[in-house]
This record gives sequence, C-alpha cells and structure tokens, in this order.
Amino acid sequence: MLVTGVARQLGGRFVRRIQRDPEVDRVVAVDAVPPEHHLGGADFVQADIRQPTIARVLAESGADTVVHLDVTGTPLGSGSRAALKETNVIGTMQLLGACQKSPHVKRLVVKSSTNVYGSAPRDPAVFTETTPPKSLPSGGFAKDTVEVEGYVRGFARRRPDVAVCVLRFANILGPTADSPLASYFSLPVLPTVLGYDPRLQFVHEDDVIEVLRIGSHEPRRGTLNSGTFNIAGDGVLLLSQCSRRLGRPTVPLLLPAVTWANTVMRTLGMTDFSPEQIRLLTHGRVVATDQMRDVLGFTPKYTTAETFADFVRSRGPGLLPPEALAAAVDRIAALPLPGSSHPPKQSAN
Amino acid sequence: MADAKVIPFDDDRSRGGGGGSTPRSSRRRGASNRRAGGEPPAVGEVQPLPGVAPVRDDDPVTHEDERPGKQAGDDASGGLEQRIASGLAFLRRRLTGDYEVDDFGYDEELTDQVLMSLLRPLYEKYFRVEVKGIENIPAEGGALIVANHSGTVPMDGLMMQVAVHDEHPAGRHLRLLAADLVFVLPVVNELARKLGHTLACAEDASRLLEQGELVGVMPEGFKGIGKPFSDRYKLQRFGRGGFVSTALRARTPIVPCSIVGAEEIYPMIGNAKTLARLLGLPYFPLTPTFPWLGPLGAVPLPTKWTIQFGEPIPTDGYPPEAAEDPMLMFNLTDQVREQIQHTLYKLLVQRRSVFF
Repeated sequence: MLVTGVARQLGGRFVRRIQRDPEVDRVVAVDAVPPEHHLGGADFVQADIRQPTIARVLAESGADTVVHLDVTGTPLGSGSRAALKETNVIGTMQLLGACQKSPHVKRLVVKSSTNVYGSAPRDPAVFTETTPPKSLPSGGFAKDTVEVEGYVRGFARRRPDVAVCVLRFANILGPTADSPLASYFSLPVLPTVLGYDPRLQFVHEDDVIEVLRIGSHEPRRGTLNSGTFNIAGDGVLLLSQCSRRLGRPTVPLLLPAVTWANTVMRTLGMTDFSPEQIRLLTHGRVVATDQMRDVLGFTPKYTTAETFADFVRSRGPGLLPPEALAAAVDRIAALPLPGSSHPPKQSAN
Repeated sequence: MADAKVIPFDDDRSRGGGGGSTPRSSRRRGASNRRAGGEPPAVGEVQPLPGVAPVRDDDPVTHEDERPGKQAGDDASGGLEQRIASGLAFLRRRLTGDYEVDDFGYDEELTDQVLMSLLRPLYEKYFRVEVKGIENIPAEGGALIVANHSGTVPMDGLMMQVAVHDEHPAGRHLRLLAADLVFVLPVVNELARKLGHTLACAEDASRLLEQGELVGVMPEGFKGIGKPFSDRYKLQRFGRGGFVSTALRARTPIVPCSIVGAEEIYPMIGNAKTLARLLGLPYFPLTPTFPWLGPLGAVPLPTKWTIQFGEPIPTDGYPPEAAEDPMLMFNLTDQVREQIQHTLYKLLVQRRSVFF
C-alpha cells in the first residue's frame, strides 16, 4: 500500500492505524517533507508527488492500493498557496499517471472534499453526490478539488480494472485536525457575515480514518466501496450555535468588511482564509450521506454535534464559556420572585 | 370544498376570461346576493381545537415581547412563576447553543416560541385570518399545499404557515418553498431558513415530502406576487408544473389552497422597472402610499383574509412513470389551478367587504 501526504496529522494517523490491519503487508509512506510524528513501522520515502520520481517509487513498492491524501486546503509549514495548488493538482496528475502505468494497482482512494459543491444561495439545501453545483468554485482549494476529481474520473475511465473510491469529506474537526475551519474556530472572537447564519456539517477525524480504511480494503459483503461518497456526521449545526457552544463571541460584519478584514488578517499571518471559506461561512453547505450508509456501509461514530463537542473539549474555554452563561441564568432563576426580572435576551436566533 | 365548483356564475366568468373588473363585479354581486340571501354558508368553519387552545391562550403575553417570562403581571402568580421558569430555561438553551436544527436549518424551538408569536398578532388582530377546510390537510404524512400568491410582499406564505400550525389539530408545521431571492438577501435568508423555508427546487421539495413533511408552494412565483392591482385574483401561469411531478414522484396528495385578502394589502399600481433592475429585484412596487410616504407607506392595508384549503387531489393512484408524462402533468396542473381559481371566486362572492 502506498499513502501520500503522510507529513500531516491525518496521514500519519492513517498510516499508523492501517498497519494494524492483517490485510496490509507493507505501507510505503510518501511526502515531500519528513513527518514530525512517527509512522509506526511504515517505510517513509521522501518524494515530491509533483515530480515523475513518484512513478519509480510506485513501481518499486509494487503497491496494489494507493491512498491519496495529499489533497489539502492548508499549506504545511510555510508553503505558499501556489505550491499547495501545484501539489493538489499537478501532484494528483503525476500520481494518476504513475498508477496508470503500474500493473499492480488494483485500488485507488482519493481524499476529496464537499467543497466541490461550492456554496451559493441558489443551490438546493442538501447536496447529493449527483447534484451539479449551480456555481462552480472560482478558485482556491475548492477549485483544486474539482480539478482533482476531474482527473480521477479520467483515470477511472482509462483503467476500469482499478476500483476508485472518491471520498468527499465535510469539514474535518477533532482534537488534532488542522483544517482551515479549525483555525477559524480557534480565533478568540469569530467574525461572521451579518445577516447570514450558515449551516455547517462536520466529520470527526476518527471517522475519517475509519472510512479511509473501508475504502482501502476489499469491500465487505453487501457493500461497494468504489464510487463517490459524501462523508459527514449526522445533523447540522448553525454557525451561531457553534459559537455559543464554543463560548466565543461573534462579530457580525457586512460582507465587504469581512473580505477586507480577511485581507488584513492574512497579511498579518493570523489566518489563511480563502474566499471560498467566506462563502462557506456565508451560505453554508449540507450534504446527504445516504450513499455512505447504504452503499459504502459506513456509519460515523460521531454526529456533527458530537464532533464539535469533542473539538470544543480540545480547545479549552473561550471568552464566554457556555457553562458560565448557564450558571448566570440559573442564578437569575434562583432570585426571589417579586420584582425579579432577567436581563433582556441579546438575540433570539 | 366540493361545492366550490358548482356556483353557476363562476363558470361563465372563467369561460369568459373576463378582465380585471370581473372579480370586483362578482364581489358586488356577491354582496347583494348575500344581503338578499342571508348569511353566507359558513362551510368548513374552523373551530379552535382543544389541543391548540392552550398555545393560543399564551400568545397575548408572548407576542407583546419576545421574553415570555418577563411581563406576565396580570397572570396568577403560579402561572407567572412557571412562565419565568420556562422563559429562563429557553434563554439558557439559546445562550448555550443547546438546541437542534434540521438539515434545512429549520429551528423548531425558535419558530414556535418566538417567530410564530411575532407573526400571530398580524394573523389574528391585523388581518383577522379566517381559515376554512383545515381538515383537508392530512394529520400525518407528506402533502403538497399549492396556493395562489399575491400581495407584493410574500405575507401570504407566512400567514398560511401560521394558519396551518395554529388551526390544524395536529399542529403541523408547514415548510414553505421560497424563491431564490429570499436566500440571497441577508437577514431574510437567515429568518427564512429558521422558519423552515427552503429553496423552491425539486430536490428540496421531494426530500421534504419523503420525510413526511407538509410542503407549501406558490407556483405563480414572482408573476403572481408582483402582478398589478388590476389583475388581482387572476391566477398567473403555474410555473412549469414541476410541483405536480414532485408530488407524483413522492406519491403525496396535492391540497389546493386559496387565499383571499392578500391581494389588497399593497395595491400595486405601478412598477418602477428601471429601479428594480438597478436593485436586482424582479419588480419595484409603486402603491398609492409607497414610496411616497416613506416607511409609513410600507404599512400594509388591514384587509380581512380568508384562507381556504380545498379537497386534496390524490396522486397515489398513478403509476410511478406518471411523473414523466407531460400531458398528465399539464392536466393535473390545470386541475389544481382551476380549483384554486373557482374557490377564489367563490370566496370573493361571499366576502362582505375588503376590510371586514
């Protein structure tokens, strides 16, 4: 088995986990930079998937399964956006080219994202795997994923003997997740877009590892693990709910002001927030997961709310911890009744 | 209502394809008829049902102010205590984010406790909505309610939502399908999602119907709501009939609904097309008072409303491939449209005046 993108937390965890499965003899872990975490007993090969050397690595490893996790939205370390895009798109092309020439490859798993659906007010409320997006993402990571999926479809056409599994993950959260949304939720005060309360869906990193395992093994009886699947936890959280559960106050800003504030913060290097992230935090995105349950046979362990709760536990309290607010309300409730009045509600929604 | 179809002069009117004056003349005729013939038949008059009554008793307190617990001075002290306790519990849940929304962003708790109580004074006191035929809405399972659309501002949808929730014995929630403009506008989109509305598209509609929800749709769209005052109560084209195929696919009944009174809240006598184009709106209404009187001109006229739900049209008798049959789709669309138009004329005949 060959795994790309192992220098990231998610890739490292997946490599460590997959080696415990009896079906797996040997794992070749590939990334352009050496990982800071250990990889269990996996063989690490330092190779840039943007270079043709990846073909040699794949041929020498004789891998029958390729798990492509190096499709990400955040640069590792101090990489630039342009380098990231190159890794996402050119890297995928090189890797697919290598897979096409390799006679051993039987299975390909690609980490994609629900970003491919974009995020627009004119879209249906719930996306299924077949919903065509009304407005294609114009740039950034979302456009990368659309292009990556395009190349993967081309590969699947040319190599019908290879089982191809494209997993479109919702926003990945968890104690160690390093997604753009996780860094957004780590801000002390959350800037939001005035007049919009997006619906968000999360998937827990433990579930991500599990579903990657399902994708990279033989399908279990009665299930099929080739195709495209949305992966998300059950249920939906509104951004306002998230901020309250997290205990971080929000600052609603007008849409142009949000864009401006984003530019400032990017210059200061506080966050790297792309325009499509702002679109997500304006209009939100929800995907249907019926295919994941019925065809892939996977039921996530964490719902969206549980994933978020786990994330909150790992981040520590914010400025307005929900427990403190609840205690304040309880104190008011305990006041003697005559003349009691509780403070007016700031916002009802 | 079955008898909606048999009023004789309705028939000649719909055949004659009369202009804007017909509804008005029918109303006069109706009024004189009524005076001669006594009280209008109070068909399907809805009684507040026991299950709903307690909720509605609450609202004079709740809707004055968003805080249910704050001022209930005239209540018994036990009731007051309880109210404060429940108000605080509500506040606590809201502040800590401990509530649930569904995939469409529908916030049931907020809708029931706050948004509905804000709409209820409009519904009860301002437009004095009278609801007929609520028994035509099934107590459970999906159904598609198809209504006429009017009034320049989509107040009729909101009133229909309150009507279904407050008058139906099962207290059902109506999930409205709204135009994409609603989801583009800030604040409006947030409130619409929380009220359980979603984009009017086949995907969302069938998903809701399959979940057994009650879905409300106004297929006339902007053609209906933005039509000039002279065209009032004349149904426009019913979109492309997509709602019929959605109902056929989900095998849910179609309940036609006629709303009288909404046409007159903002009599649209003109349309500033250039301004509308500049603002990106489908129309910019000019009424006798708006925009001349500024915000004051935006106050709707206090018309008296009647909402009548007609007999459901079953769709489960058709084979599954029927949804692909354009001829059947057009026929069913026409059937629904005719039924709504007939009921509209009938209600107009019964109406004493626009305001009472």
